[in-house]
Amino acid sequence: MRAVQVLMGAATLAFAAAAQAQISNDVVKIGVLTDLSGPYSDLAGTGSVEAVKMAVEDFGGKVLGKPIEVVAADHQNKGDIAANKAREWFDRGNVDMIIDLTTSSTALAVMKVAKEKNRISIVSGAASTKITNEDCTDTNVHWTYDTRSLAEGTGRAVVKQGGDTWFFLTADYAFGHSLEKDTSEVVTAAGGKVLGSVRHPFPGQDFSSFLLKAQASGAKVIGLANAGTDAQNSIKQAAEFGITPKQKLAGLLLFINDIHTVGLKAAQDLYVTESFYWDRDDASRAWSKRFFDRQKRMPNMVQAGNYSAVGHYLNAVKAAGTDDAAKVMAKMKATPVNDMFTKDGRIRADGLHVHDVYLFQVKKPAEAKGPWDYYKLVQTVPGDQAFTPLAQSRCPLVKK
Amino acid sequence: MIEIFGVPLQALLGQLLVGLINGSFYAVLSLGLAIIFGLLNIINFTHGAQYMMGAFLAWIGLTKFGLPYWAALVVVPLLVGALGMVIERTMLKRLYHLDHLYGLLLTFGLALVIEGFFFNEYGSSGQSYDVPDALTGGTHLGFIFLPNYRAWVVVASLAVCIATWFLIERSSLGAYLRAGTENPKLLQAFGVNVPLLITLTYGFGVALAAFAGVLAAPVFQVSPDMGAKLIIVVFAVVVIGGMGSILGSIVTGLGLGLIEGLAKVYFPEFSATIIFLIMVIVLLVRPAGLFGRVR
Repeated sequence: MRAVQVLMGAATLAFAAAAQAQISNDVVKIGVLTDLSGPYSDLAGTGSVEAVKMAVEDFGGKVLGKPIEVVAADHQNKGDIAANKAREWFDRGNVDMIIDLTTSSTALAVMKVAKEKNRISIVSGAASTKITNEDCTDTNVHWTYDTRSLAEGTGRAVVKQGGDTWFFLTADYAFGHSLEKDTSEVVTAAGGKVLGSVRHPFPGQDFSSFLLKAQASGAKVIGLANAGTDAQNSIKQAAEFGITPKQKLAGLLLFINDIHTVGLKAAQDLYVTESFYWDRDDASRAWSKRFFDRQKRMPNMVQAGNYSAVGHYLNAVKAAGTDDAAKVMAKMKATPVNDMFTKDGRIRADGLHVHDVYLFQVKKPAEAKGPWDYYKLVQTVPGDQAFTPLAQSRCPLVKK
Repeated sequence: MIEIFGVPLQALLGQLLVGLINGSFYAVLSLGLAIIFGLLNIINFTHGAQYMMGAFLAWIGLTKFGLPYWAALVVVPLLVGALGMVIERTMLKRLYHLDHLYGLLLTFGLALVIEGFFFNEYGSSGQSYDVPDALTGGTHLGFIFLPNYRAWVVVASLAVCIATWFLIERSSLGAYLRAGTENPKLLQAFGVNVPLLITLTYGFGVALAAFAGVLAAPVFQVSPDMGAKLIIVVFAVVVIGGMGSILGSIVTGLGLGLIEGLAKVYFPEFSATIIFLIMVIVLLVRPAGLFGRVR
C-alpha cells in the first residue's frame, strides 16, 4: 500500500513537471496595455480590459489545466512607457501575451520588445500599416483595422455610391496626412476626383473656417482625416453651418462612441467604415448585450477585436498544448477565425488578420429605434479588397 | 467677383465673421484673467479648467436636472464663481506675499486635479449640448450662413465685456478695487474690507470663465480637455494686450480672433502659431503689452 502511494505521488510530480514545461510559470497571463486615462480611454480603456476578461471567462478561466490571468496598465499613449511596461511584464510579470496597444507609437514599440523576448503581441487599437509592412514581426498579429482598410472601405465605396468629388479636412500631423494620402489614392483609383484639402492645426476646437472652405469647394463629400474630439467638433459644426446634409461627410477614423457623443442630429448620413458593429447579426448582438450589461455602453471594434483575438489565442494555446510563442503563433495562423467578430478571418504571414469590413451610413434620428441604434449597412467590403494584398506587402517575412 | 490676394471677397468676409466669433471667446476669457492678474497679482492657470467646468455644469444641469440653457447662463457662473471664492479663501490667500511663481504653480496643479476629476467621471470622448431651441437655425447674409447661436455668442460676449469694463473703470466699486490694488493698507484704513473685495474679485473673474464655458457648450464638444486647448492662446492674448489691462484684453481678444481668421484663409497650417508670433513681436517692441503700463 505504501509503495502504491509513493508511486502515485511520484507520478503526480512527474505529471506536474511535464505540464510546467508546456505552460511557462504555471500560468497563462495576458497583459492589456492601453490608454486608461487619456484621449483614447473611451474607445479602448476599461472597455478593452473588460472585453479581455470576458474572453477569459468564456474560455472557462483555465487552459491546459492552468489558470489564465489578466493584468492591465496605462501606456499613456507614449511609446517609451509602453515598451518599459512590456519589458517589465515579460521579464518579471510572467506575461505571455500583450494586447490592445491603442495608438501606433505604442504598438510599434511593444511589438519590438515582444519579438526580442519571444512573446506574442496583438495589436487591436492602432491603425498604422507599418505594423504589418516595414516593421512586421513573426510574433505579432494586427487584428482589427488599419488605415488602408479604412481608406478602402470609405473611399471606394462612397465613390461607388455617387460621392465622386472629395475635399479633405486634415489634422496637420503624420496620422492625418497618411489618412488623407491613402484615401486620396483610393478615391482617384475608383474614378473620383479630389478637389482639394485644408490642413488644420492639431488639436483644434473651431473648425468652422475650414468647413467654410470645404463648402466653397463644392465637393460632394468632405473627408474627415482627423479623429477624436477634432472629428466630433467638425461634424457638429458642419451641421451648425448648414453644410450637411447638402454635402456629405465621410469619417475616415470614427468609432461608434464618437457618433454616440455627437448625436444623430448632427451625425446623420455620415459615412464610416468599421470592422464590427454590435447590431450586425445574432452572435454580435448577444455578445454586445453582455458587454453592455457590464460597461453600460456598446462595444466598438477595438474592444470587440480584443475579445475575438484573446479567444483565438487561448484556443491556439490549447491546440498547441503549450504557451510557447512560435508554436502558438503557428496554430493561430493555421486556424481560421470564426466568432462574433468575423467569419472565416485569416492571419497571414505578415501578421495581418484579414477579415471583412463594413461601410455604414449613420441613421437619421427618426430611423433609430433607441440608443446605440446608429448604423445602416451600405456595403460589406470583403477582406481581400479591404486590406493590402499579400503580394504588395513590404514585410520581409513574406516570401516572394 | 472682387478678389483679395486670390480669395473672393465674400469668402473673406465669412472668414472674418468666424474670426470675430472666436475672438469673442478670447475676449471674455482673457478679460477674466486680466481682472484676476490686475487686482490680485495671481496668474490664474486654473482659468481653462474653470471654463471647462462652466460647460460641464451646464451639460450636467441640462441632462440631470433639466436646467434650461438660459438659467444655466446665470446659475452656472454663480456656482463656479463661488467655488473659485472657496479656492481663494482656503489656498490662494496664503500666497499673495510670495513670488508670482507660487500662485502659478498652485493654480496649474489645481487645473490638473479638476481636469483629472472630469476625465475620470465622464470619460474622454466629450458630451454634446444642443443649441437652445430659440437660437437654432441661421440667417443667410449673402456671403455666409450665420448660425443664430453664433450671432448670440458675439452679442452676449460684447455685452458682458462692456459691462465689466464699465464696472471696473467707471463705477465707485471699481474705484475701490483699483485703489485696493495700488495701496491695500491705505484702503483698509478707510474702513473697506479689502480681503473680502479680493475674494469677490477672484470669484468674478472665475465666473466670467464659467460664463464663456456655458456659451461654448453648444458650439464645441463638452470635454475635459476643452479648457487646456484654449488657455494657452488666451494667455498669449493677455500678454499681448498687457497683463492686467481690462480694455487691452477685450480689444486684443477680438483683434486676434480676426487675425487668426485671416490666417486660416491664407495659411491654415500657420493659424495656431500666428498669435504666438505676434506675442513675440509685441514683447520685443513693447514689453508691457499693447495697452499695459510699466509698473
